[in-house]
Amino acid sequence: MTRITSARELAELRQKLAAERDKTKRWVMVCSGTGCVACKATEVSAAFVAEMKQQGVPETTRLRNTGCYGFCERGPVIVIQPDNICYLGVTKKDVPEIVKQTLLENQVIERLLFKDEDKKGIAKFAEIPFYKYQNRVLLDANTQLDPKSIEDYIAIGGYSALCKALFEMKPDGIVEEMKRANLRGRGGGGFSAGRKWETTRKAPGDVKYVIVNGDEGDPGAYMDRSILEGNPHSVLEGLIIGGFAIGANQGFIYVRQEYPLAVEHVRQALHRAREHGLLGENILGSGFSFDVTVHCGAGAFVSGESSALMTAIEGRVGQPRPKYIRTSVKGIWERPSCLNNVETWANVPLIINQGVDWFRSMGTENSKGTKVFSLVGKVQNSGLVEVPMGITLRDIVFKIGGGIRNGRKFKAVQSGGPSGGFLPESLLDLKVDFDELTKNGSMMGSGGLIVMDDDSCIVDTTKFYIKFLAHEACGQCVPCREGLRQALKILEAMTTGTAKAGDIELLEELCDVLTNASLCALGTSAANPVLSGIKHFRAEYEAHVNEHRCPALVCRDLVHYAIDPQKCTGCLLCKKQCPTDAILGERKQVHVIDYDKCIKCGNCLNACPKKFGAVSKAPGAYPQNYRPPVPAAAAGAEVRP
Amino acid sequence: MKTVTLEIDGKQVTAEEGMTLLQAANQVGIAIPTLCHDERLKPAGVCRICTVEISRGDWKRMVASCVYPVEEGLKVTTDNEHIRKIRRMLVELMWPAWTRVDKDLEPAHPRFDSGHPDCNMCGLCIRYCRQVLKKDVLYWEGRGVDRHLAYVPGMGKECVTCRQCFSLCTGGWIVACHGYDEEQPAK
Ligand SMILES: Cc1cc2nc3c(=O)[nH]c(=O)nc-3n(C[C@H](O)[C@H](O)[C@H](O)COP(=O)(O)O)c2cc1C
Ligand code: SF4
Ligand code: FES
Ligand code: FES
Repeated sequence: MTRITSARELAELRQKLAAERDKTKRWVMVCSGTGCVACKATEVSAAFVAEMKQQGVPETTRLRNTGCYGFCERGPVIVIQPDNICYLGVTKKDVPEIVKQTLLENQVIERLLFKDEDKKGIAKFAEIPFYKYQNRVLLDANTQLDPKSIEDYIAIGGYSALCKALFEMKPDGIVEEMKRANLRGRGGGGFSAGRKWETTRKAPGDVKYVIVNGDEGDPGAYMDRSILEGNPHSVLEGLIIGGFAIGANQGFIYVRQEYPLAVEHVRQALHRAREHGLLGENILGSGFSFDVTVHCGAGAFVSGESSALMTAIEGRVGQPRPKYIRTSVKGIWERPSCLNNVETWANVPLIINQGVDWFRSMGTENSKGTKVFSLVGKVQNSGLVEVPMGITLRDIVFKIGGGIRNGRKFKAVQSGGPSGGFLPESLLDLKVDFDELTKNGSMMGSGGLIVMDDDSCIVDTTKFYIKFLAHEACGQCVPCREGLRQALKILEAMTTGTAKAGDIELLEELCDVLTNASLCALGTSAANPVLSGIKHFRAEYEAHVNEHRCPALVCRDLVHYAIDPQKCTGCLLCKKQCPTDAILGERKQVHVIDYDKCIKCGNCLNACPKKFGAVSKAPGAYPQNYRPPVPAAAAGAEVRP
Repeated sequence: MKTVTLEIDGKQVTAEEGMTLLQAANQVGIAIPTLCHDERLKPAGVCRICTVEISRGDWKRMVASCVYPVEEGLKVTTDNEHIRKIRRMLVELMWPAWTRVDKDLEPAHPRFDSGHPDCNMCGLCIRYCRQVLKKDVLYWEGRGVDRHLAYVPGMGKECVTCRQCFSLCTGGWIVACHGYDEEQPAK
């Protein structure tokens, strides 16, 4: 490949590549993101290649391994274009049939389609409710290109924003446009990217850095992985534009080591961009030089915090610095460093290309554009969803997510990662944007949305998050390390029936110190799950503390099993399944649980036939010093031999 | 040297640019309690005992005065009920590892057990060892609630003879460990 040395050459190459692409009349897109690969997408892809050849599919039909479609739960995802047919959960065995029926005979295979509520298949990709209500301005490209191919990216307009920035705009002008766009950071705090760029641009110093934060440590979140993996050039293009605008010649992409495919694709993207003269000395003949280093992080959750991440890039243990001088002024090696999230950078080429007004047409007054959320938990359809800011929680959970699984009831959404808050049913009509979430005791964070049903216990879930934070913090400052240690102990007491009156208030006191005195944002936001839980689900906390009951029947020590003597027929089925011989009573005698022996495994509940339904699980612990009654004859004993 | 003017507890204070709020307050005789601070060392800002409130118009927040730099026109409150509440809680969270405090900050009925009654993790020893003595005998092991001080393997004996950081220790751990024996780690 010869280097491209001007904007004109790039445009010519794009024309050539696009013309070549047009020769292909039909594409079989096989999702090859991490999720689908885990469901054997690679095998499916190979099977397509072989089968298409064997069945003589014309050469104008080609296969492309693309990035993540966001519906990983139903993977492997296959989309046939331009027909727009989407098959889910495709296996190697389905491939011959797809090739024959769909590719050769133009028939849709009902069995592999998404099924709506009435079990009817939906053939069109764009009609599937999960996709229909999204606004996929960022994620759409994932479905159109092979992330390993710079040609694909260039063909669909890639690097044209860079050309525009380098040849038609001035660095100051770009910063102004970014400020006007009001793109707010997608990685946490929602700080204006344009203003951050301006700070770094104006900060004194000749050497400056721009950095991509791809640490993504929230459990269950993977939007950044999906973008880095599925469309690495978009992040790179944004970063180069940022470097040019800010006056930096060196960039860093920090990716967590647990994302091997993302690391591989990013490395490859850098290599290919360098080959093409889009990175390195004198980019496209503009006189601007810029290069990028990949840094693999293997740290804790706290390593994603800006100053910790910069310390890690310097080669030291990543822990937050107690500096009140912003990293945009003094960051890596004390030099001005502008850090933005993966998704923030990926928005940049779109804004430059399609204009500030286009970007501002999406979203709310103070949160513009779209946001990618990772919608998981007890919803029917989980995955990555990109929606305009300001969409209601209800639309995300019920329209896109398809409502709650197994006919259960919605309880809450936990947004923003481990230090986000719970949003109860009364807030379902909340318009999701930075300020509304914060106002309601949660936060955007990086965009995790965990949906909980009435089978989930708020106290137990909070304990999980606090435990995560207590172990993933750096542990240097007292309020966070010791505050979380004690908060965790209290939550553990609450979920095991040893909490004391006043513990809720004590938690609130600890939260005040965490929020106000902690050194970094991990500590200052760690109180969110606790405080929002207490605020919206106080009765549940009180039941745990005052009555040692878990209303959601989750906390093992705060539930008990009971056998209804009216319903028990003395069939012995539960008794046989009890691992600790805690069930007394012979055949045709009412079975009784010996509380001292019961370990609450729940086997008896599962063993009791539905038609009897004699065993139940109920909130509250077993009474202490209780003697089980002597088993009596079962009520239905005579009639049911 | 450039100077800035700010208000600390209602007093107009002139300070050199780059000074911390703690230095500026001390300079005019306003005392702020500290634990992890030592003038000879780079401030770590980890104990948060020196927390003060800063404000500008309607905007206010709590910051650690030993690391926050003076700013023109800033209003600083070094003591009020909320600040005291925070400091008391911090002392209680460390109790009984740090007891050299004002009566007012002492917890009446300490409620917590941190599991390390002789170390506050103020880091004074480790920083003194690293920054002043340039020996680097100690390091932090573990993270989050598991964080604790440890000797770099093979270096423990150094302390037996050196002992220079002993007077800085706020909890007593390093002093108790001074007969450190590699075969029988003290903790
Ligand atoms: C404990 C903690 C973890 C964080 N983890 C991440 C992360 O994984 N990815 C990320 O982009 N930002 C993370 N952040 C936010 C960063 O500190 C920083 O604000 C962000 O990367 C800036 O980019 P943005 O303005 O584009 O959002 C984290 C912050 C904290 C306090
Ligand atoms: S708040 Fe927590 S994570 Fe942040 S510096 Fe303090 S101990 Fe470390
Ligand atoms: S990896 Fe295939 S849809 Fe996400
Ligand atoms: S003295 Fe300021 S944080 Fe410890």
